[in-house]
Amino acid sequence: MPRIVFVQPDGQPVEVEASVGTSVMQAAVHNNVRGIDADCGGCCSCATCHVYVEDAFAARLPAPDAMEDEMLTGTAAERRPTSRLGCQITITADLDGLTVRVPDRQI
Amino acid sequence: MDQDLVIVGGSYAAAQAIASARAAGHTAPIRLISAEPDLPYQRPPLSKGFLLGKVDAAALPIRPEAFYRDNGIDVLLGTEVTAIDRASRAVVTAAGERLRYGQLVLAVGSHPRLPPLPGIDLDGVMVLRTLADAVQLRDRLPAVAAAVVIGGGFIGLEVASVLAVLGKTVTVLEAEERLLGRGAGAPLAAHVAAVHRARGVDLRLRTMAARLVGEGGRVRSVVTRDGATLPADLVVVGIGVTPQTALAEAAGLACTGGIDVDAHGRTADPSIFAIGDCSWHPSPFARRSLRLESVQHALDQAKAAGATIAGRATPYDAVPWFWSDQYDVKLQMVGLTQGWNRHAVRGTAEGGRFSIFYWCDDRLIAIESVNRPAEHMMGRRLLACGARLSPAEAADEGFDLSSRVVRTGNSAPPASSSA
Repeated sequence: MPRIVFVQPDGQPVEVEASVGTSVMQAAVHNNVRGIDADCGGCCSCATCHVYVEDAFAARLPAPDAMEDEMLTGTAAERRPTSRLGCQITITADLDGLTVRVPDRQI
Repeated sequence: MDQDLVIVGGSYAAAQAIASARAAGHTAPIRLISAEPDLPYQRPPLSKGFLLGKVDAAALPIRPEAFYRDNGIDVLLGTEVTAIDRASRAVVTAAGERLRYGQLVLAVGSHPRLPPLPGIDLDGVMVLRTLADAVQLRDRLPAVAAAVVIGGGFIGLEVASVLAVLGKTVTVLEAEERLLGRGAGAPLAAHVAAVHRARGVDLRLRTMAARLVGEGGRVRSVVTRDGATLPADLVVVGIGVTPQTALAEAAGLACTGGIDVDAHGRTADPSIFAIGDCSWHPSPFARRSLRLESVQHALDQAKAAGATIAGRATPYDAVPWFWSDQYDVKLQMVGLTQGWNRHAVRGTAEGGRFSIFYWCDDRLIAIESVNRPAEHMMGRRLLACGARLSPAEAADEGFDLSSRVVRTGNSAPPASSSA
């Protein structure tokens, strides 16, 4: 299974295994990763699964769709060019090692 | 003194209260008691993606098993609490077991109302609240040709949209003159009605079911009060819920429109809290007490109560927000429309992307967005800071809404925790 690394705001990395076809948000929730709230359960309605994708991977992900792009305007922590909603990133085999930073707050 | 925290419930409020109590430093034992057989799970997908087969049961738990294990939570599933013995600080289960508590959280939710109609007990007449309800409904769908949905609220309309997408013949009966009487403003309700009609849903307003007719114990049709007979091999009832107040009432706790609590989610008994769907709570935003049925409410009130339980008294003071997905229409609502007397539309209904702003006199009280997530997110900021905005400004797409957000030093809601 692909490995996903969540880097906490204090710099501590948490590595988890994720099933292909699930989302980065689900990987975080199922592995009890702190800092990913996922209030709406993954339907792109709450913007509480905000992550910063590490540069090396950011360009390899499909671009956010219009809905995600709009929701990202309302994230609690600063929006950056690498900001994504974890619920909208689908895990694929070639994302093994995907590294995302968890912002300091989601609401 | 026994400091054990006992939480009764099976969804968002229960799971969040545990997380927030632990995050705020509550180290004493915590016991979760749920009448349902599953760990606390998400209910919103049950009327949407779950029925369509896009979300499976494995994705529903709010927190994984490891969360409860790592936090030292004693989880009792399939266990119904039948009484609270306040004098000896214990809850009594259906099996007669007495479990002592230092502090008790009632996150017991609500249950769907059923109209007292002839035939309501027929096979094929269903409500949707629990995972078990949703599994039953989903498994039945392949054999359904025609369905009648009783009630034009969010649950009924979400189910109607799933049924329509699956190609079923769908009729929605709504007793009032418009949809979403409690959940949305009339202008949004009119748009939602048009969306459903465009998808072929037979939407009948000011129409009530008179009786359900069966054959061999199975529902076959619905007869309306105006005499129409609607063939139906499935009837879904979504006419609202009743808060689960029986436990609290029997224990002598006041229940006005739910279990009465203060700003911290605490009942008149200082060791008992009530949060989520079941709580009748003061809302600084609404400037009155009310009951809310939403994920946001359950989570935010649980955060406040959890922190308070851990000794960090935290008031619950969030602006309510909600969402609903029907077809490809994303509805996002913030604030409460009750009492509005002015409104403005930003964008156009014809374009399918717009927001409706509502005022009570000069006070902006709600924003409902259709496929406009950015305006919804902006709306949350506007309402949280009590922004002043005129209808003309709201309707002008060239007007920068963010210019009206008042920055305060501390805009974070109480006791936010991501534990």
